[in-house]
Amino acid sequence: MNKEVLIIGGGITGMQCAISLTEIGIKATIVEKSDKLGGKLNDWYKLFPTFTSASEVINPIKDRVKALGIDVQLNSEVIKLTPTTITLSDHTIINADAIVICSGFDIFDAKRKEEYGYKIYNNVITSVDLERMFCEGKVENLDNDTPKRIAILHCVGSRDEKVCQTHCSRVCCVAGVKQAIELKELYPKSEIFNFYMDIRMFGSGYEELYKEAQIKHNIHFVRGRISEAAQTIDNKIQIKAEDTLIGRPLKMSVDLLVLMVGMSAGKSNKDFANIDGVNQNNNGFIAPKDLFIDSVSSDIDSIFYAGCVTSPKSVGESITEGIAAANKVAKFLKS
Amino acid sequence: MSWGYTINRARDIDMDSNDMTTSKLILEKIPSLQGCIACGACVATCSTGALTKYSLRKVHTLVRRGEYSGLLEELNKCMLCGKCQLVCPRGINTRAVISLIKRELGDHR
Ligand SMILES: Cc1cc2nc3c(=O)[nH]c(=O)nc-3n(C[C@H](O)[C@H](O)[C@H](O)COP(=O)(O)OP(=O)(O)OC[C@H]3O[C@@H](n4cnc5c(N)ncnc54)[C@H](O)[C@@H]3O)c2cc1C
Ligand code: SF4
Ligand code: SF4
Ligand code: SF4
Repeated sequence: MNKEVLIIGGGITGMQCAISLTEIGIKATIVEKSDKLGGKLNDWYKLFPTFTSASEVINPIKDRVKALGIDVQLNSEVIKLTPTTITLSDHTIINADAIVICSGFDIFDAKRKEEYGYKIYNNVITSVDLERMFCEGKVENLDNDTPKRIAILHCVGSRDEKVCQTHCSRVCCVAGVKQAIELKELYPKSEIFNFYMDIRMFGSGYEELYKEAQIKHNIHFVRGRISEAAQTIDNKIQIKAEDTLIGRPLKMSVDLLVLMVGMSAGKSNKDFANIDGVNQNNNGFIAPKDLFIDSVSSDIDSIFYAGCVTSPKSVGESITEGIAAANKVAKFLKS
Repeated sequence: MSWGYTINRARDIDMDSNDMTTSKLILEKIPSLQGCIACGACVATCSTGALTKYSLRKVHTLVRRGEYSGLLEELNKCMLCGKCQLVCPRGINTRAVISLIKRELGDHR
């Protein structure tokens, strides 16, 4: 087939979509704004729920992109689209018969929740920082090698109208449980407390992981949202919450506070939604044509979506959508 | 003479000053207790809870936060009938939990 498909974003979703298209004989080009393929997965250490290292997932897919000779344009940010063209930030215009938007999500900026003191206190870090530290093999800033207590706060920048993030980011509960286990394995003598509003374990094996964290690793789960964090004179972080299951306020000081930052809508979504037929939800994510039967389609025949551009998803779900979008593209190009 | 003023004790659960020794010991002996998901089924089915303010869920959550005062008196209301154990979705041996807490808190009053 003599048709060309442009894939916006070379994360796990975009790569999978390009692979699936190429395998059925359709030419696909990946346009990626950063200097490498892989998206967020480049920054994760091990993946829930199996603790498979992220590179074990991402590398075979990168290799496959290479082996199939798929065209990849790095350092190319898409700033505008029409049903048959995309415009890059250097104002180059590229034509296409179909476009698949796989531009993913942005990490919520924890500085916006000032009350937690991110970037003010050294011992307040985000889940994203922690993944990087796991990759580097060392948790920074901890004054001593055996932290007594570590707190993990769920829902930072999710389910919070104060920062216009009304949605649940879905993956942070299980990522928080995963990181709690990893921290416990690193510091077996420390006590770890996860502060949560609801525990959402939606995927296969997630609830089991949660139970394992509780019983095998003795991780404490406290239902309540931390209201504020403050540094103490001995460089600890004092946190306050309500233990809502008891109905009393609770305070404690911890050596490290980890903020489970949510998934926010990608900042390009606004630019993409400049044309009729590409719409955003109130939370900024792109709204697919239909949540049930057209979840990878837009209202424009030639534009498709896959992965976290439409809502927070796990790696497995994102990959599946990459395959699904390829299938829809193929059907459209044949018609 | 009473002037009508009293000093309110702070209601905080202060995890820095609470003595967690007993709490840790109980969780070490019955780790499955840590698997409680606070569903409240044990309280819903409890005959004691139907007639008094007694709540097994609250009692063992307090134990896990190092708050022991008054709990022994609360647990003395339990008839050890075991209904809570039949309904617990996390399969916690609640009667063993009750007996253990009572034993450990016996000299804690
Ligand atoms: C802290 C954390 C931990 C996680 N851990 C796990 C886990 O253990 N297991 C799991 O299953 N999931 C996990 N996830 C979810 C996982 O990160 C996502 O499912 C996955 O990254 C989605 O891939 P994607 O390709 O859709 O988006 P992304 O990874 O965001 O990739 C999007 C790509 O598009 C590019 N792009 C964006 N805008 C443009 C533009 N305008 N022009 C060109 N290119 C653009 C970006 O540079 C990026 O390369 C985690 C998420 C978080 C936040
Ligand atoms: S998955 Fe959990 S931590 Fe993340 S936003 Fe939803 S409820 Fe909060
Ligand atoms: S064993 Fe005790 S706590 Fe459990 S249902 Fe019977 S009275 Fe209630
Ligand atoms: S029934 Fe079991 S899981 Fe539910 S609150 Fe009681 S002890 Fe916890």
